[in-house]
Amino acid sequence: MYQQNKGDNKLKAKKLTLLLTLMVLLATVLSGCGGAAGGEPDTIKLGVIGPLTGDYSMYGTAVANAAQLAADEINAAGGIDGKQVEIIAYDSKGDKTEAVNAYNRLRDQDKIVALIGGTFSGTTLSIKEIAKADNMPVLTPTATNGEVTLDAANIFRACYTDPYQGSTAAVFAAEELKATKAAVLYNIEDPYSEGLAVAFDEQFSTIGTVTNYEGYTKNDADFRAILTKIAAEEPDVLFLPDYIAKVGVILSQVEELGLNVVAIGGDGWDGIEGDYAEVAEGHYFANHYAKTDESAIVQDFISAYEAKFESSPNALAALAYDSTFIMKSAIEAAGSTEAEAIITALAATDMSGVTGHVTFDENGDPIKSISIIQVVSGEHVLAAKVSGK
Amino acid sequence: MVLFLQQMINGLSVGSIYALIALGYTMVYGIIKLINFAHGELMMTGAYFAFLIVVTSGLPFLIVVPLSMLLAAVFSVVIERIAYKPIRKAPRISALITAIGVSLFLQNLAQVIFKADPKIMPELIDKRPIDIGPLQISTVTLTTLALAIVFMVILEIFIKKSKPGKAMRAVSEDKDAAILMGINVNRTISLTFAIGSALGALAGVLYAITYTQVFPTMGVMPGLKAFVAAVLGGIGFIPGAVLGGFTIGMVETFSRAYISSQWSDAIVFGLLIVVLLFKPTGILGRNEKEKV
Repeated sequence: MYQQNKGDNKLKAKKLTLLLTLMVLLATVLSGCGGAAGGEPDTIKLGVIGPLTGDYSMYGTAVANAAQLAADEINAAGGIDGKQVEIIAYDSKGDKTEAVNAYNRLRDQDKIVALIGGTFSGTTLSIKEIAKADNMPVLTPTATNGEVTLDAANIFRACYTDPYQGSTAAVFAAEELKATKAAVLYNIEDPYSEGLAVAFDEQFSTIGTVTNYEGYTKNDADFRAILTKIAAEEPDVLFLPDYIAKVGVILSQVEELGLNVVAIGGDGWDGIEGDYAEVAEGHYFANHYAKTDESAIVQDFISAYEAKFESSPNALAALAYDSTFIMKSAIEAAGSTEAEAIITALAATDMSGVTGHVTFDENGDPIKSISIIQVVSGEHVLAAKVSGK
Repeated sequence: MVLFLQQMINGLSVGSIYALIALGYTMVYGIIKLINFAHGELMMTGAYFAFLIVVTSGLPFLIVVPLSMLLAAVFSVVIERIAYKPIRKAPRISALITAIGVSLFLQNLAQVIFKADPKIMPELIDKRPIDIGPLQISTVTLTTLALAIVFMVILEIFIKKSKPGKAMRAVSEDKDAAILMGINVNRTISLTFAIGSALGALAGVLYAITYTQVFPTMGVMPGLKAFVAAVLGGIGFIPGAVLGGFTIGMVETFSRAYISSQWSDAIVFGLLIVVLLFKPTGILGRNEKEKV
């Protein structure tokens, strides 16, 4: 009898604990689903999507910061037709599912008027069809994959495309660096990396030999086997079209193995002098603007950004800053926040920004030039400027 | 030929890290028949400890390594006491699930504390290639190999000759008999965890130095591959872990070099399937009734 009572109490206690735990969990989950308050009708809301945390946080935070800087400057000058601009930024973590969730939240809960995003090609592609169906005006500051703007009248980009970047890098390698043999090492899981690699390969094969065309996955950390294999072919140039987190690791192994090869990358390298200055020394990458550009608009932007965020703005920041201003002038020209009007106004954009003069072609791609930067003593040095096609 | 030898050196270096992690898996399995899926996370913990120590105090490599190993060992004993000890009498599946839970918990804990972006490990070893004839070995590779071998030898001597080592072997053979012989089983199990995790932490520090980055999920892939290595060599059997680790390192490197870098992971894990089908006790495994 005594034993049974004790057992019963224990069981009750366990059940009660379980019930309480479930309730706490449920409460935590539900509290996350709070609806946003309906915004004041006097603000114009612009959404921003980018990786604010994780391996790629430097890219997303640059975009969000620069958009905010631009919004603050616009608001200080009176806003758009008297209305204040509000930037709402959500974290995509560089993940396609998160990006779609972020987009849905921006559209449904925050009721944005236009989107400045995604930051990455992969995430922007995942939002493309939904945004197309919504006819949401989208201006991606930094997604470079060729497909992003194809067949979508509502999607524009402020940066040049991957195919353009990749083939320009190949031309630079052959003409400026006099390379006759090149090897390509890219991330097979990333459309950005693959897009650049394909374009480079196509262009370089017409003017030289591509000795190796190798891929790796996002979990790979050890590249010594592949690098040793590539080194045996003695290429002049190694094309590494990926983001800093991976490129830094690869370059440090290039140095470790004592390989004698010049590396070239895409705009994903921007900021590499932060953590990997030593191993990136002497190598090149394609970028959207040069910090050493003397023009007033560039220098003003750099000082404003440094004053507000205590760090130097990378190219993504410059592009996001320009994108916000492009969007602002489009909304002003449209005279309304109605989607179709903004899209028509965007297509007719003709303005100068930090990253150069912007007009859009029939796909929504800008017609601009590429700056090739060399890392020298941890600084960006403009090596060459290659003009638009 | 030179290329082949160079790739072999790469393979040995990769393999030694896997071997160090595999040792932890195999020791814990040997003693309490638990595959500690959180072991990869202990490797990650060791790397973070090392990172914190270096960044806050700038101590040199030779102090940072034993210190992080010690901290990781203590940390793992705490985990063992909290998560694994209470369910020692429960069916093995409960312990397995708990281990997975601990693994996820530690990953997310690290993410909350340190954020998910990779931290750059300061250079504790001066990275230079050393020329040996036509071959090149980097200082990091040499250090990794040297430390791995030294610690494996120390471990082997400890297990064979010292009293706690003998106690560990006794408990893994027959726990009840060991209790009857007056061995403190709880302490022995904790010691096993501590040593296994110390080795995992060493692997973590070396990994962080070699691949420059420390991030919360860094232990997932190496942990998984080390698990394959431990099974391949014969789980529960220390020389098996060493053999398995180096084998997996070689297989991975040579697949990358001669077949295709995209296929290397598939080949490594495919090897696990083949081993489990044809020789589930592993290459060196003897005990017929010990299957994973």
